[in-house]
Amino acid sequence: MNHDPFHWGRPSDATYGPYNHQIAHASNVNPMARQQQQSDFPTMHTQRPMMTGTSVLAIKYQDGIVIAADNMGSYGSLMKLDNVERLLKVGQSTIVGISGDLSDLQAIQRILNDLEIDEAYDAGDDEDTIAAGLKANHVHEYLTRILYNRRSKMDPLWNACVVAGFDDEGKSFLKYVDLLGVAFASPTLATGFGAHLAIPLLRQRVDSEADVKNLTKADAIQLIKDCMKVLFYRDARSLDKYSMAVLSESDHKVEFHKNVKVEDMKWGFAKGIKGYGMPQL
Amino acid sequence: MDAINVDINHLKKGEVSLGTSIMAVTFKDGVILGADSRTTTGTYIANRVTDKLTQIQDKIWCCRSGSAADTQAVADIVKYHLQMYKANNNGKSPSTKIAASIFQELCYNNKDNLSAGIICAGYDEKNGGEVYTIPLGGSLHQHEYAISGSGSVFIYGYCKKNYKPNMTKDETVNFIKTSLSQAIKWDGSSGGVIRMIVLTKSGIERLLFLPDEYVNA
Repeated sequence: MNHDPFHWGRPSDATYGPYNHQIAHASNVNPMARQQQQSDFPTMHTQRPMMTGTSVLAIKYQDGIVIAADNMGSYGSLMKLDNVERLLKVGQSTIVGISGDLSDLQAIQRILNDLEIDEAYDAGDDEDTIAAGLKANHVHEYLTRILYNRRSKMDPLWNACVVAGFDDEGKSFLKYVDLLGVAFASPTLATGFGAHLAIPLLRQRVDSEADVKNLTKADAIQLIKDCMKVLFYRDARSLDKYSMAVLSESDHKVEFHKNVKVEDMKWGFAKGIKGYGMPQL
Repeated sequence: MDAINVDINHLKKGEVSLGTSIMAVTFKDGVILGADSRTTTGTYIANRVTDKLTQIQDKIWCCRSGSAADTQAVADIVKYHLQMYKANNNGKSPSTKIAASIFQELCYNNKDNLSAGIICAGYDEKNGGEVYTIPLGGSLHQHEYAISGSGSVFIYGYCKKNYKPNMTKDETVNFIKTSLSQAIKWDGSSGGVIRMIVLTKSGIERLLFLPDEYVNA
């Protein structure tokens, strides 16, 4: 028995030969065409995000979930597009909010669309029941598997996603998953800058699952609006125009609000600020 | 075993913020300086109501872009030199050219240690309004109008096409407001309010335009 930890779990070299590192490069591509050289690591395409979307915010309230994401597509510091929709509707009543690389967002969009089509085969002809079996927890689990497997191949989809909807029992479902395959649930979730600035504000009202029943729909919407305002103040890649979806647990309906503008901003006090140190005019 | 570290929260490769949109424009009665009010550290907006227009002398002001610390330090030194000039010359005010020249000397001789892009603009009776731009290397250039900062790259075309010499005060204010509005729209490192300083024979006027006022300019 070989007690060396680096040899645990492996069949012995003496019987089966040394580990074949080419397993990491296994493919159906013509082995005669030697494209890659030998290396200790699998083929990696870890990229840099190019066109990106910023924060996604979500909070549970007494009768469901409110989720929001702005319409900005940034290209580094260039605010290139102002009409990007980052809240995706999947199935009957699931919303997936995606931040990070936009080309990978569109790849996820294609993947989830294929999933919806597959689910639709088992449904009736009534449009309202198509893909009715596809719930938020299924979408989240599927997305998590895909994201984790991509990261394990060192070829991630460079995104952070929030899945909001209803589970098999019809209860509110809110869970996060990102480019590393990290997944967790909480009554308040946010990605990017939102994780630093919005989460504390959201947690002031909903600190744990027990506080969810005390938050009304109107208050939840106002809270998300206030967070989007703070993010517009402080996130240099944000836009003051965003989309917000309100999901209700009682009837499993989704209210989708587009082109919502940030309001009630305070800028007037800038008048009193002059210079940076010594008094000047 | 060598690990591969992927910091997903890090700044993207090559992303450096000279975050600002500043400009100064001469017109019939003098000169107007304009600037946005956003200071960023990476993508966090550290100050959304910054005053980037700094007084060096009564009617000599400068627009600061680049490192906030570097430009503040340089502006303070230039202010000191001009105060000494005034004291040693019987209260005679220095010309805009002298102020710009001192800026240049500091920025050029310390070019390795500074990250400062400055537009120096002023008014005097004899020369009217003058604009001098001192970019990163420490060279000095006089123009009828100058634009600088990361947001300025988006408005080179617009400004070239829309600048006219000897405009009125209102025309110039609108020119600056519209130009900076576009710079702010496209540049993530610029934003907030638009501040302006008008320097003419009559005096010094401070103007402020909030987002609601300039977003559709």
